[in-house]
This record gives sequence, structure tokens and C-alpha cells, in this order.
Amino acid sequence: MNDTLNITKGINALKEQIDAPTAAFFSSCVHCGLCAEACLFYTETNDPKYTPINKVEPLKRVWESEYTLFGRLKKALGLAKPVTDELLAEWEPLIYDGCTLCGRCSMVCPVGNDISTMIRKVREGMVASDHVPEGLVGASTRAVKIGSPMGIRLKALQAQIKHIERDTGLKIPIDVEGADYMALLSSMEIINFPEYIESLAKIFKQANVSWTLSSEAFEATNSGIQIGSSDIARELVQRIVDGAEKLKVKYVISPECGHAFTAIRWDGPNLIGKSYSFKVVHILELLDELQQSGRLKTQGMEDKKLTFHDPCQIVRKGGVEAQPRRLLSQVASQFVEMSDPGKMNWCCGGGGGVSANERADDVRLKAFNRKKSQLEEINVEVLVTACANCRLILEEGLEENNMDMPVVGLSELISEHLLEENAVEGERDE
Amino acid sequence: MELFSNANDFLLWVRGDAFNIALGLFIIGVLVRILEIFLLGRKKDFSEARGTQWGPGLRNIVSRSVVDNGTFKRAPFVVVVGYIWHICFFIVLFLFIPHIELINALLGIQWPGLASQLVDAATVVAMVSLVAMLWHRLTHPVLKFLSTYEDYVVWFVTFLPLLTGYMAFHRMIDPYPLALGLHILSVELLMVIFPFTKLMHAFTLFIARWYTGAMMGRKGIVS
Amino acid sequence: MNKKTLFESLQQQGITRRGFMKYCTALTSLMALPPSMIPMVANALETAKRPSVIWLSFQECTGCAESLLRSHSPTVEGLIFDHISLDYQHTLQVAAGDAAEHAREQAMKEHHGKYLVVVDGSIPLADPGYSTIAGISNLDMLNETIEGAAAVVAVGTCSAFGGLPQAAPNPTGAVSVSSLVKDKPVINVPGCPPIPTVITGVLAHYLTFGSIPELDNLGRPKVFYGQSIHDRCYRRPFYDKGLFAETFDDEGAKKGWCLYRLGCKGPMTYNACATLKWNQQTSWPVESGHGCLGCSEPNFWDAGSFYKALSIPDGDYAKAAGYAVAAGVAVGAAAGFANQKNKANAVSQHTKVTVDDFGENKDK
Repeated sequence: MNDTLNITKGINALKEQIDAPTAAFFSSCVHCGLCAEACLFYTETNDPKYTPINKVEPLKRVWESEYTLFGRLKKALGLAKPVTDELLAEWEPLIYDGCTLCGRCSMVCPVGNDISTMIRKVREGMVASDHVPEGLVGASTRAVKIGSPMGIRLKALQAQIKHIERDTGLKIPIDVEGADYMALLSSMEIINFPEYIESLAKIFKQANVSWTLSSEAFEATNSGIQIGSSDIARELVQRIVDGAEKLKVKYVISPECGHAFTAIRWDGPNLIGKSYSFKVVHILELLDELQQSGRLKTQGMEDKKLTFHDPCQIVRKGGVEAQPRRLLSQVASQFVEMSDPGKMNWCCGGGGGVSANERADDVRLKAFNRKKSQLEEINVEVLVTACANCRLILEEGLEENNMDMPVVGLSELISEHLLEENAVEGERDE
Repeated sequence: MELFSNANDFLLWVRGDAFNIALGLFIIGVLVRILEIFLLGRKKDFSEARGTQWGPGLRNIVSRSVVDNGTFKRAPFVVVVGYIWHICFFIVLFLFIPHIELINALLGIQWPGLASQLVDAATVVAMVSLVAMLWHRLTHPVLKFLSTYEDYVVWFVTFLPLLTGYMAFHRMIDPYPLALGLHILSVELLMVIFPFTKLMHAFTLFIARWYTGAMMGRKGIVS
Repeated sequence: MNKKTLFESLQQQGITRRGFMKYCTALTSLMALPPSMIPMVANALETAKRPSVIWLSFQECTGCAESLLRSHSPTVEGLIFDHISLDYQHTLQVAAGDAAEHAREQAMKEHHGKYLVVVDGSIPLADPGYSTIAGISNLDMLNETIEGAAAVVAVGTCSAFGGLPQAAPNPTGAVSVSSLVKDKPVINVPGCPPIPTVITGVLAHYLTFGSIPELDNLGRPKVFYGQSIHDRCYRRPFYDKGLFAETFDDEGAKKGWCLYRLGCKGPMTYNACATLKWNQQTSWPVESGHGCLGCSEPNFWDAGSFYKALSIPDGDYAKAAGYAVAAGVAVGAAAGFANQKNKANAVSQHTKVTVDDFGENKDK
């Protein structure tokens, strides 16, 4: 077998991806164009090439000529539109720069097509034919070879932990066998937002959660999912599964990172082809559960007007919608929703590997205008979110647009409002 | 017309052999398309389900008919005209007494119909909405970009039965057997191209909606 | 031969001038001519000579002749019929055998180029033996008789379109008059039977103008066959309102609602029943509660059940659908399994992607 990636492998990969839902989706599309109106890359650029259903053209061609009788007849007569290297090269920017896999199109399609899942499938073909952006190749290579897409090694994490332990006097448990929960982190949290680790430590201490980090599987970000290679994604998921099994934990906690959650929660078991021996929860699910059961107590209210940016992979593709709102209601007195909240929220513009792809910077900043106008409508002082990647993209977009507004992680906000230790004692005395 | 000695012969043929051919191709085509979809199958999902599939899948089949507010605001034309078109088309297709007689003969089920004048009005509205949608397709940047020859062929073949039906009802073609024959023939044309075009959405959208609803339901998302 | 004019023969029957003018008015309106034409019609009829008519009955049931004869006098149709010189009609004439045939031959000779030929019944081509008169095949007699005719009137659906004898499987190879007669004007007066007034109306037109009336593309006089039963039906408002009888004895039937669902062929049938009615304008089929059978249209016997709505296909669609389902399932399953194989093949050809495979990393 030839070991270079090429168009033949690309087409083969697309053939592998087509299943009954895909066939039903292609059969149903009537070219109504409504998906364009759901896609921030179209609404902010007005360029029709960003219409979601257009992005899946290579997959459609393969479906038609391989899996329909009429299409096969057309192919035999030489009338089928072929999938060529040139086609994939032309479509590569649409698939990687102009789509964050946010899944909004899949919510509005009147015939019910899950277009974003199909775009994810097209990425498999792009990978197999070597039509991938440099930035994502770099991130995936670092993820596989170094252990983190941002190139963070264990040493860097240990250094951050040392800082946190010194600052807070709290112990960050590592490699504790038999702990209930194994927490994962995204490299952005380690480098850009170590407050998250600190928040976990504080919250879990108060809630008396038995937890640990794994020195062998601390990275949650799955570049394989973003670049769209099941093979690479599987390797990265396997590391987490191995780490969790080694420490014999009952739960693995997905961090405040959208794609990490999708990768470990929904895609992971299918990538490795079996169910886990542990459960996966998103940190917001866990915090909500702790709070509901009374183990997590907060005090004081944020009185600034704030809103919540739903990370696509957590709400629309992950089903975590009510939890952040319940949590916010405990710590924020002036919470307002953006237009199109919850599962219909608009993406920050940087998901799905777009943030790791420098080539997409311009269009990503244009796409951010959607978020900008959403924020301008409600005039808030603070923006809360629950994804390190969203947070970084939002900060950059706000800065670019001279909008002075802090972006805060929800877990961090909760930890800031934890009931003081002595106050807890006092409560108990009563 | 050399093929037919008179309009009655023509009508006899479209109501007889031609209908059988069209019906046969329609049934074969639709069955092939649907079997092709289902036989491709889905991989077993190993992730831990948060919700069920069947309920949300069925729910999505219904709920997708309601357009979300954001889409309505952004594309009111497509939404409004789309609704008008489909509603009027269903009125014409399913509530005109002669059509009910046909359905009853084919499937053995029937329901009350509407006054012919109301159906006539719905036909006009359906034709106007189709023309409006064609105009929109030819002028809106996204639709213009997406449209293929198939979209226009399907438009034409969908428009024809409405036009011929309207003309037959108003006896604008003489003699009537020719008018009725042309109407039935145009429907047969629609039936023949149906399985090979996007018209299949009339069947497959239920499958598509179900799959998406089921997948989202599994994840605990209300689609 | 009687050389009296029509007016003279009417006077003989005790018809006054006033009565004659009344009759001319009725005739004019029947032929859909403007009232200003009445004097012209009267004048034409006053001076019209009795024309010689040869009536040939082939594969028929005598219903058409009955239709005409059963009309009660004094009617327009009766008067006209009385006026013509019916020189040959083997059901009615007194003469028989050679004498009868002789009368035909004589009329043909005497009025060569001027006589009218009326035909009821279709002509068998499969075997002449199916229908002969005096040992002469219908085809031969037709050809022989029309040779010197001024025009041919095909009375009844059998002679106009083939009718019942031509219905599938058409064992006698029956054909219509117009399919055989190409060099003489043929006026089709279809109906099973035709309305008597229509038969005599056509004759009156010929008497009045000496020419044949304007015909539609099926050779029928437009004045009688220009509008459909449906267009002139008094139950039409019920059709428009969507009010239909669903059985012959339901409320709708009792209220006189539209009979479309009971198989009425009125929408596709062109005839004057709804306006001229039958039996001295007493009633007509739809008025008596039965749908129109479409008897004045070609192929009406083969156009499906009389009791099936016009919108229902009349082939064996259930059988066609049955075969199609079987074929669809077979082809669909075959295609589906081929797809499965195709996909399994793609899966087996999968080569695992590693990060080292990217061109990006190879260049380094």
C-alpha cells in the first residue's frame, strides 16, 4: 500500500463515511437555502459559497455515484460529476476555514438534515487526501507526538500546579488511584486560563469530591476530531481511556472545552468501538449536580449585568443547556439571555479547529460580527462562557472590536462565589 | 395526432397503460430509493445515551415543520411562501373530490373534500407561490448559487399538473378529454421523475428528520 | 316521386301558416341561428323539395330508428321525418326482398348526386358474413350506395364511431362510416341513441341550406355537440360547491346533487341532452338520477366502468402496482446489498492515517 495520502484514499474515506442518515439527508435536500441563514460564515460575509449544504458537495457526489442506482448509471455513462483533487482543494477552505461544526444548520434545516455531521464526514476525506490546513496538521502532530496540540508537556502542567498550590495552599491531586473523578484539562486552560484548575481544586475541596489528574492523560483537546481524522482521534481518546482505567476512576470530567466534550463523551466510545468502564461528565453537569445535591454552596451575587455564551459543542451538540443557567442563577443577579439563546446560539467563530488554523483568521473575525451584534443588542458588562476555546476567541474578537468586556469561565465564576470555609462551619453549627 | 385517432383515445391511454407505467415506475423508484437508504444502515452507538431515540425522532418529524424564529426573521420569503405553497398544494392534491376518488380507488381510503371553488382558489395561490419561488430562486444569491438544472426541471414538472388541472377545471382546452388527458399525463410525468429527483424529499424527509431527532434525542438535545 | 314542397305537405296535414311560422322559429332556434334568419328558414322550407333518403342499417340494434319513430306528433322531428322521401329503410318499408333492393337502386339512379344516405350501425371488416343484406356485404352496400350520394349522415354511435360492435375485443372488426367514406361529406350524429331532435335538426339544416352544418373535429354538428353535458347540466352548481351523491340512494342523491362520484361522464361528453332533453323534453338521464354514460363519445364502451368517477384510472392498476412493489423490493434490495458490499470494500481498503502521512510533515 502506498503510504502517501491521495485522492483515491480521500474518495475511499468518503465512501466509508456514508451511512443511512447521510443518504436520507442528501435525498431530502430541496435547495431551499435556509441553512445559509443559520451559518454565521454566510450571514457575516454574504458569500453563498458558505451555504452549509454546499460544503458537503464532495460527499454528495460520492453518495450519488456510489450509493444510488441512478447515480451509478450516470457514472457508468460518464455523466457523473467526479470528485477530483482539484475539487477537494477548492473545498478545503470551506470545510476547515468556513465551518466550525457548530451544528446550527442542523437545527434549522426544514427537512431535518444534520448538515454539520456531514461536514465532519467530509473532513475524513480531506484528511485522507491530504487537503488539510497547516495549523491543524501542526496541532494534530503535537497532540500525537508531544501529548498536547499546544505542545504542552507534563512539566508545564506540573509547573502550573506548583504555582497554584503555592498561591492557594490547596493540593492538586495527581495520579491518585481509586479517585472517583479524573479531571481532564484543555491545553488552553493550562496555559491561558490556569484559574480553571484552581477553581476545580476549590470547588472539589468544598464539595468533598474525590478527584485526581492523570500525568499520562491530562489533555482533553482532541485534535483528531477537529482535523477530522478518526484514526488520530482514536489514538488520543485511547490515551484518556487508558489513563482512566489505570487510575480506576468512576468518572472522567470533561473540562470547559466544547470539542473535548464531544470527543470524549460522544465520539470516544465509537472511536474505540466499545463502551467505557467509566462515565463521562461535563464539568457544568457535575457542578450542577453538586449544587442540586447541596454539596456545592455559594454566597453573594454578581451584580453586574452579564450574559452566557453557549459553547456549541456543549449545548447544541452536547445537550448541556439547563445546567449553566441553573448555576448562573445562583451567582448572578442580572443575568440576561442573548438573542437566539441555548441550543440556537451563534458560534464564537473559532470552534471546529478554526482557531488553530491561522489561514482562517480573517474570515473568523468577520464571523465574529455575529457575536458582536448579539452582544450589542443586550449591552452587558460581563460575558460568561464555558469553553476555553470560545473564551479565547471571544476575548480576541472583543479586543479587535474595541469592546471592553471581561470574559469569564463559568466554573471560575462559581468558585469565586464559594461559601467561605468558616461560614460553612458556622452554618453547620447552627 | 397520429398516435391517437381522437382525444378520447388519448384520454383512454393516459388513464390506462400510461397510468400503469407511471405508477409502476413511481413505486419501483421510490422503493429502490428508500431501500437504498435503509440498507446502508447505521453503526451501533457505544456512547452512553442520555435520552431515548424513538420519541425525539418522531417528535422531530413534527417539530421540524415549525420554523425557528431566527430563520423566519432572516428568510421570511422562503418561510412564508414555502408554507403557502405546501398548504395550497396539499389542499389541491388531497381535498379536491375527483382526487379523493382517485386515492380511494388506489388505496381504499377517503375523507371529506372541499368545495371546488375553494380548491380552485388554492390552485391559483399554489401556482402564484410557485412562480414567486422561481423568481426568488433566480434572484436570491444563495438560491441562484445552489440551483442546478434539476431544480428548474422539478419546478416545471411540478407546475405543469397545477396549470393543466386549472385549465381542465375551467375547460380552457377543447375538447375536455384532451384537457383531462393532458392533466393526467403531466401528473404521470411528475410520478416518473419523482424517484430520481429532489421530489423524493416528500418521503425521505421523514427519515431524515427521524434520524436527526433520534441522534439529538440520544444526546438529550431537544431538536 | 312526390314533388310537393314541405309547406304543401304541412298544409295537407292541416298545419296553418301561423303554425308553420311557429315551427320555423323553433327550428331556427334549434339550429342556433339568430331570429333574423326565421324568414329565410321559412322561405327555404316553403320551397324545399322532398329529398330522397336512403337509410342503411348495418350492425345496429334499431334503437336509433326507434328513437326517431317514438317521437310523438306533432313535433318538429316528426314533421321533418314525414316530409322526407324515405326510399329505403329495411325495417320500415313495406317492400321486401328484391323489391326492396330495387327501390334502393331506383332511388340511387333517379336522384343521383342529390340523395342523402343515412347509416346506422357499424360495418364489419373482419368477415363480411357477420352482417349482410340481400346477400350483399355491408361494406359493398355502403360503397355502392354512397357513390351517388350528396352527403352521408352517420346516425348513432355505432356508425359514427364504431360503438358497441367495435368495443373490445371487436370480434367483427367493426368500423365507423367515417373511417371508410373519405370522398363524401360525413355528418356524425352520435348517441346511443341520438336525440331525435338532433337527427331531424341535421336533416332540417340540410333542407334549409342545402349544405351540411359546421362540424367539430369528430365530425359532429357543433350546434348540437358544441357544449358538454357538464357545462349545461342543471346539477353543475353542486359540483362547484363540492356536493356529491355517493350512492344512488343517499341524501345527496335525493337532494339531486352532482353524480360525478357515481361515474357521471358528463364532463367529457359533448351532446345536447341537458338542453334538449328526451321524450318531449320530459327528462334526461342526469335528471332521472343516473350519471351520463358518455354515449355520444368515441370508445364509450371501453372507457371503464360507467360507475367509476372520471378521475379514476381504468387500467388494471392494482396488478401494475403489485408487480411494481415486487420489482421495487427486489431491485431495491439488490441495489442496497450492492451498496453494502461497496461500503464494506471501502472499509477494508482503509489505510490508517497517522500524522506522519501529512505532506506538511513529510517535507520536514
